[in-house]
Amino acid sequence: MDRVVIIGAGQAGCQLAVSLREKNFPGDIVLLGDEGELPYQRPPLSKAYLRDASGSDALRIKPAEFFVERNIDFRADTPAESIDRSRREVALRSGETVSYDRLVLATGVRNRTVTLPNADAKSIAYLRTRREAESLRLRMAQARTVVVIGAGFIGMEFAAVARQSGLDVTVIEQADRSMSRAVSKIMSSFIEARHRAEGVNFEFGAGIQGFEIRQSVAQAVCLNDGRSIPADLVLAAVGVIPNTDLAEGAGLRTRNGILVDRTLTTDDPVIHAIGDCAVYPHPLCGGREIRLESVQNASDQARFLASAIMGEATHYDSVPWFWSDQYDMKLQIAGVPGPDDIHQLSGDPIAGQFSVRHSTDGRLTALETMNQVREHMLARNDLKRTLVAIGSPSASRV
Amino acid sequence: MAVITFEYPDGTSRDVEATAGMSVMQAAKTAGIDGIIAECGGDMVCATCHVFVKSKELLDHLSPPSITEEQMLDFTSERRRQTSRLSCQIPVSDALDGLVVEIPRTQV
Ligand SMILES: Cc1cc2nc3c(=O)[nH]c(=O)nc-3n(C[C@H](O)[C@H](O)[C@H](O)COP(=O)(O)OP(=O)(O)OC[C@H]3O[C@@H](n4cnc5c(N)ncnc54)[C@H](O)[C@@H]3O)c2cc1C
Ligand code: FES
Repeated sequence: MDRVVIIGAGQAGCQLAVSLREKNFPGDIVLLGDEGELPYQRPPLSKAYLRDASGSDALRIKPAEFFVERNIDFRADTPAESIDRSRREVALRSGETVSYDRLVLATGVRNRTVTLPNADAKSIAYLRTRREAESLRLRMAQARTVVVIGAGFIGMEFAAVARQSGLDVTVIEQADRSMSRAVSKIMSSFIEARHRAEGVNFEFGAGIQGFEIRQSVAQAVCLNDGRSIPADLVLAAVGVIPNTDLAEGAGLRTRNGILVDRTLTTDDPVIHAIGDCAVYPHPLCGGREIRLESVQNASDQARFLASAIMGEATHYDSVPWFWSDQYDMKLQIAGVPGPDDIHQLSGDPIAGQFSVRHSTDGRLTALETMNQVREHMLARNDLKRTLVAIGSPSASRV
Repeated sequence: MAVITFEYPDGTSRDVEATAGMSVMQAAKTAGIDGIIAECGGDMVCATCHVFVKSKELLDHLSPPSITEEQMLDFTSERRRQTSRLSCQIPVSDALDGLVVEIPRTQV
């Protein structure tokens, strides 16, 4: 094995490069990033970083010297344009080509954009990159009324920070509740109640007709029912699109993500996909294909793939987990909720500490917890044991 | 400004200049200290920023761990000791000048 080329220098791509060197991988490592800076962590971008950017350097996964010392050829601002599988080459925007023995797609996702009258990039803000967070922070300092479109995790986290910064906040959501694809109704209601108590307004089941813009600055968001909600800052957090273009261009199979097997390998035995862009069958979901967007998933897949490349591991099967901090609420999810799960509440929502247990045939599939880190950690251990029990080949190592 | 020393299990160490307002974890990440992984970026959910505080007086000087930190310390990769803290929960102040923390073997 001579050269591993990694496309995408985010959480997953960077971790893979780090883990390969930790395992004394002897070959070349080329890490291609399309952002103009060192790889960094995204979670603080919708939380602490919006209030205080002083920890900006601490967001970096590794400092610049690390890449030099460990002989990792990290290239910022170097988007990959296409893959030639027969020649095993990646073409860069610069026209240069880089050959690979193994190729790893760690391209993540991009934000879905709002395509309505007057919705241009200048008037509507998005949040994914550090630069976007930086510009959002500056715009928050000028703003008084904020409309957040989309009550997913990022929209809700941003709403909390904006409210804590003293802004008037309205969250507009098509569905009838917040974070509806990821958490139970009980959890949504609890979190919404807290936002309301802090002064956030919600418009659920609402459609947006367009925007009032003056001199490239949003003035109001117009709803389908005729009302218009004043806003001098609009953040759209309306979901994501997996970055599968390169894979598709190379004839690899995709389905809302790049399809890989349990070794995180695509149809091409020398091409892998990891992190937010990868769709894979998870043993905890009975082999159902899932695509997860979490630090855990990106990091664990990267560590697994490093082991697999070194011939030390065969199947990826870590326990998925996720968190979201809003005000002083800590929401955590262990496992993967299934479509037919039974939900069971324990603990006391009034006291602000409770959990919702998801199970199928009496077996725990996922645990949502509110301000219960111990219960969350114990559930992860439980789920690890389940992996062992269902005979997952490498579960003991998880 | 405070100088914080990170000690490794093999006896080597590195001094880092930390600015008040950051956490000890952020000071370590900024300086690229190996072994302070801090995968969650300071949200108290990963426990990969675990350290042992070696200066007794300074340990007593720190505000005690929150309930969440206390609970997470039970799930660190190297077993907790009396001196265990999550470095993301230690705010740097001038009073911490001379702080020595040890990085757990399991994190390096
Ligand atoms: C604001 C925000 C808050 C979050 N909060 C949490 C949280 O609290 N908890 C949690 O678990 N997760 C959270 N996440 C999710 C987590 O950050 C992601 O799951 C994780 O970053 C995924 O890692 P990745 O490497 O797959 O993708 P990314 O980190 O997105 O990295 C992909 C990189 O590939 C680059 N790229 C794409 N195409 C190309 C190309 N052709 N050539 C070169 N480079 C390319 C992209 O620009 C990007 O830099 C959050 C995400 C965001 C945006
Ligand atoms: S950085 Fe994750 S617990 Fe401290």
